[in-house]
Amino acid sequence: MNISESDFQFITKLVKELSAIALEPGKEYLVESRINPLAQKEGFASIEELVKKLRSEPQNGLRNKVVEVMTTNETSFFRDIHPFETLKNFVLPELIEKREKTRELNIWCGASSSGQEPYSFAMLIKENFPQLDSWKIKYIATDISDEMLKRCRDGIYSQLEINRGLPAAMMVKYFERQGTEWRVKEDLRKMVDFRYTNLSENWPYMPPMDLVMVRNVLIYFDVEMKKQILGKIKKLMRPDGYFFLGAAETTLNLDESFERMNYKQSGCYRLRQG
Amino acid sequence: MLAMVIDDSKAIRLILGKILKDIGFEVVDAANGVEAMERLKEVGKVELALVDWNMPEMNGYEFVCEVRKDETYKDVRLMMVTTETETSQVIKALEAGANEYLMKPFTKEMIQEKLSIMGISVG
Ligand SMILES: C[S@@+](CC[C@H](N)C(=O)[O-])C[C@H]1O[C@@H](n2cnc3c(N)ncnc32)[C@H](O)[C@@H]1O
Repeated sequence: MNISESDFQFITKLVKELSAIALEPGKEYLVESRINPLAQKEGFASIEELVKKLRSEPQNGLRNKVVEVMTTNETSFFRDIHPFETLKNFVLPELIEKREKTRELNIWCGASSSGQEPYSFAMLIKENFPQLDSWKIKYIATDISDEMLKRCRDGIYSQLEINRGLPAAMMVKYFERQGTEWRVKEDLRKMVDFRYTNLSENWPYMPPMDLVMVRNVLIYFDVEMKKQILGKIKKLMRPDGYFFLGAAETTLNLDESFERMNYKQSGCYRLRQG
Repeated sequence: MLAMVIDDSKAIRLILGKILKDIGFEVVDAANGVEAMERLKEVGKVELALVDWNMPEMNGYEFVCEVRKDETYKDVRLMMVTTETETSQVIKALEAGANEYLMKPFTKEMIQEKLSIMGISVG
């Protein structure tokens, strides 16, 4: 089933308005392959019919479903490993030393997808920094997708997902097997506060952050939106806080107030000092 | 870098062997624990062994125990690759000295991700 030029434009405009995700011309195949199953599921004979409905009833819940299917949720436990090594070996020890007096840390994961990233970091804390048990840790993880947020809160992973990047020793320690699936145990689950936030709209109040991870999501936005979001992250961070981007992302030519740290392939930044 | 694939299924040995070769290993293989011990003595040492659990003669769990008895092989990274998915089995293998555990079915991506968390740099 081929998507018409005008339907493609309608969908890309809608998705950009609601999520900032920029679908360039040439992504017709992607839109088709994601919208087709949605059209079928929702009982439309074709993409054309679905778009007709969207045009005639703009306030329909269908709009969010379109955005939902157009997001890419690819993730894994300890994705790219290097940022987690850097957190463990450099960033957290430093922050713990600096916050010794207040014994408070605020952490934000800004595109949590199905939860592997926030849970990986929560496990890293539990495994390596038991002293933080008595600290006040505010750990917020957000995403635009209600479906993904539900997955985060449920904390249930298929065998295929649990096989990806999670050390076996942590799997048996922090997860319970339920039939063919694995569920995050309660003490890990309750470390993270999962909330809805659309990065491209106004953000709900969050406390000043010691650590921000917004990995593998800015790649979907256009330059203007990347700049806007980096600007907001900058304001949200404590002056000596740290910020992590995905392996293929950079602040270069977008926002010069960030300084890339020289930790191997970890996408670690801080605010330029002085 | 040399790796060993130990599985009684020839098909699995081929698939795992190909994945490891793509990643940059030289690969030897064995169809059970006894053969694997012999192979290990021939080649001296391997960086990594992927070990099935259920095999005739000597199973993968017994193989891990055997290897861990011998100081010569203390640096060999052992990863179970098996259809056994009970938590108790995973724990048993880790306690015997396996470094990692992967549940079948697997993909190339999963193997790479496991290697990287074991500190084996790939690709
Ligand atoms: C590829 S995943 C990245 C997951 C994780 N951070 C990682 O690196 O593995 C991208 C996530 O960004 C979310 N996302 C897309 N647009 C968004 C927006 N405008 N606001 C918030 N989240 C968004 C998607 O729902 C998806 O879960």
